[in-house]
Amino acid sequence: MHSAVRMLESSYFGNLPGVGEVHTGTTIMAVEFDGGVVVGSDSRVSAGEAVVNRVFNKLAPLHQRIYCALSGSAADAQAIADMATYQLELHGMELEEPPLVLSAANTVRNITYKYREELSAHLMVAGWDPYEGGQVYGTLEGMLIRQPFAIGGSGSSYIYGYVDATYKPGMSPKECQQFTTNAIALAMGRDGSSGGVIYLVTITAAGTKQEIILGKELPQFYDE
Amino acid sequence: MLHSAREPQGGFSFENCQRNAFLESSLKGLRVPHARKTGTTIAGLVFEGGVILGADTRATNDSVVANKNCEKIHFIAPNIYCCGAGVAADAEMTTQLMASNMELHALSTGRKPRVATVSRMLRQMLFRYQGHIGASLIIGGVDITGPHLYSVHPHGSYSHLLFTAMGSGQGPAISVLEDRFKPDMTLEEGQQLVVEAVTAGILEDLGSGSNVDVCVITQAGIKIQRAVSTPAVLSKS
Repeated sequence: MHSAVRMLESSYFGNLPGVGEVHTGTTIMAVEFDGGVVVGSDSRVSAGEAVVNRVFNKLAPLHQRIYCALSGSAADAQAIADMATYQLELHGMELEEPPLVLSAANTVRNITYKYREELSAHLMVAGWDPYEGGQVYGTLEGMLIRQPFAIGGSGSSYIYGYVDATYKPGMSPKECQQFTTNAIALAMGRDGSSGGVIYLVTITAAGTKQEIILGKELPQFYDE
Repeated sequence: MLHSAREPQGGFSFENCQRNAFLESSLKGLRVPHARKTGTTIAGLVFEGGVILGADTRATNDSVVANKNCEKIHFIAPNIYCCGAGVAADAEMTTQLMASNMELHALSTGRKPRVATVSRMLRQMLFRYQGHIGASLIIGGVDITGPHLYSVHPHGSYSHLLFTAMGSGQGPAISVLEDRFKPDMTLEEGQQLVVEAVTAGILEDLGSGSNVDVCVITQAGIKIQRAVSTPAVLSKS
């Protein structure tokens, strides 16, 4: 099943959007650590071969300590994120406490699964809650799977080897941030549909911290 | 098939799309009339005091200019205007619908309209129609939270930016904006840059032409100038 998931990810590379449709053609990543999560993305939105937005933030807040990372069709992903944010806010009010990350992931998954034939987007959900701590959920194709770290989007195909070789359980928040930054920078270097800047969000019990890593500050790797 | 009389449903009807597709496939050589596209250059940017929108004024029917001086900057609210590209009728009807809904929304909430609200209503509607409404829009305005600029694509995706350009002439226009945009420009600098961006589209893109229209939106109010510049005038010699 794992290899089937990987095959689907690489098909994103083959399905370049036509001139009309806008894609996020992306690299997104989320890593769990003890006490929270780090979520990261690139910032390129393309329509065919043109870049329509080079600074788009693909990390959308679903709730105070829950974020989702968008990939695939821009319109579909943004619409799903808006719907999920609305449903979660209502859910949180009814509960009279912040919703679980699992609830957020399920909300997104239910939308993605019900309309899987019509939609073409993958949203990764990550956050922190007091019951289970930091969690990362993948919702590709409408499934729900918790992972210690997850990568997604067209650029992720190029970094499977890197993340598998580099990840160690029990990394500190700073190590997770560096891991995410390096992985996304490598993917941006090889994937035509990923680029721009890196957005990073670190979610812990204390709150949410957003960083933007601009051009010159991106990690440099072998590039002729 | 006989249908009992139905109340007019309101909103858009796409019945003829199916009929046209069937006719095109079954009758060889039949060319179905296509909706007129505006083949456009529209641009917008945020400056220190508000937002400036710019547009060309050519509307094309395939390769014929159908209208040499059409208006592409549409009213949405007293503090919010919208440039439209793509299918002319879709852009026109969609912006009129938004203007109407925003007025009702403002009356119902008792608050001045916000640019974010227009952007949200637009993209939710366009997403519902899955890209069949061919309207690409740049929405600019100044509300209680400050100046804002949004671009919305036909499938319902949006971007919240400091400068943007859309339409068939977006390539040349964006090049000019990328080169010369700075945050917090003055009104004169901003207007000059928008005119240059739209002019680049007019000169380099066949689907854009005639004059440059500009709309400046500030806290104080709005100012629309039709034909601020006419880049391609035939010289009389």
